[in-house]
Amino acid sequence: MKTVAILTVCLCGSLFLFCTMEFPNWGDPAAPASMHLSPYFIQNAEKDAAVPNIVTAVLADYRGYDTMFETAVIFAAGLACFFLLRTFTRKRRNERLFRHIPTGIVLNIKAGGKIPDDPSKFERIDSHWTPNDLIIKTTCRLIIPSIQLFALYVIAHGHHSPGGGFQGGVILGASFILLAISTDLRSTVRRLSERTSAIMASAGVLIYAGTGLLCLLLGSVFLDYGALAPVLRSGSVMARSHGILIVEIGVGLAVMAVMIWLYYNISSAGKHDEGL
Amino acid sequence: MMNDLITMIAAKYNYWAFIVLMMIGLYAMIVKKNLVKKIIGMNIFQTSIILFYISVGAKESATIPIIAHGHQEGVIQATAYINPLPHVLMLTAIVVSVATLGVALALAIRVYNQYRTLEEDDIQSQINQI
Repeated sequence: MKTVAILTVCLCGSLFLFCTMEFPNWGDPAAPASMHLSPYFIQNAEKDAAVPNIVTAVLADYRGYDTMFETAVIFAAGLACFFLLRTFTRKRRNERLFRHIPTGIVLNIKAGGKIPDDPSKFERIDSHWTPNDLIIKTTCRLIIPSIQLFALYVIAHGHHSPGGGFQGGVILGASFILLAISTDLRSTVRRLSERTSAIMASAGVLIYAGTGLLCLLLGSVFLDYGALAPVLRSGSVMARSHGILIVEIGVGLAVMAVMIWLYYNISSAGKHDEGL
Repeated sequence: MMNDLITMIAAKYNYWAFIVLMMIGLYAMIVKKNLVKKIIGMNIFQTSIILFYISVGAKESATIPIIAHGHQEGVIQATAYINPLPHVLMLTAIVVSVATLGVALALAIRVYNQYRTLEEDDIQSQINQI
């Protein structure tokens, strides 16, 4: 099996290597890929949509359908993980661990034992629990807001600098995942429940598709943001720029929510009680 | 002769790096028995494709595809900016790779719950016993 695989891989690799003889050189400005469509985008993106970042203009305007269904794909991925993994039957754990916060002593309470009811003195902890370090907690408390602020900047400033909905959404989702790693899954779910993240994911896709539909209702084609000019009270070029921003916000919302949703389901195998 | 070879290597070595990465990913997907290692192989494969597209978009002495000084007048030279199209395509490809990774890991968790192992041989023998 191994030798067959090595032979196949070597054969494929040498065929590919042979084909690279015909490929354009590294950084060749006259490469076929750069000759046909991209000069149009480079020369007209600014004129058509008032967006200096050509990648954003192509992503959300020229190739709007692609990006819309891309958002639908990640929504579908979140949904698929939910249906594959989520279990709602709660298994009765026969022992629970509680930590007395002032002293740091961990109590193991067997089935039928009395559960401490003062949440300011006792916190429930996971069975594979490593003590939350003060350094980790403080660092995360400091950097998580900065990460979230930067993510909002990346979404909002995607017109003028590298960035946009996908990137900002992933950074925003990563900040919540960092919170879940640095504390525990339960307290993160308490802050942003699964229901909220599912609603946010579908809202993001809905914002995107709804913007397209609004263009249709205003008498133009689907996702032609120029038609939004009367609603946004601006010229048709600026309306395209604003339309791209609205769509990017929808994408960011959907990506953030799906990242968090995927993490909740995969890290706890669908049980949502104990994470990593 | 030797000089030609050196110029060719200098001009095409980027493709070779991607092909090596791609073959590592393919090998892992074929040979490795552990499902998580197979998923890692798939991710290496996807990464090599992403790098390949990005390198196709590169142009010598060109800058990132953001119009300098925004809202400028006059004709914009296409050779001054790198090709934005591969960047857009790979932006969406990265998202797809995250989505496939999530679903693949979810499936692996389901397989593990069913058979209590992620090794392909053990799963196969358990299926044969039934």
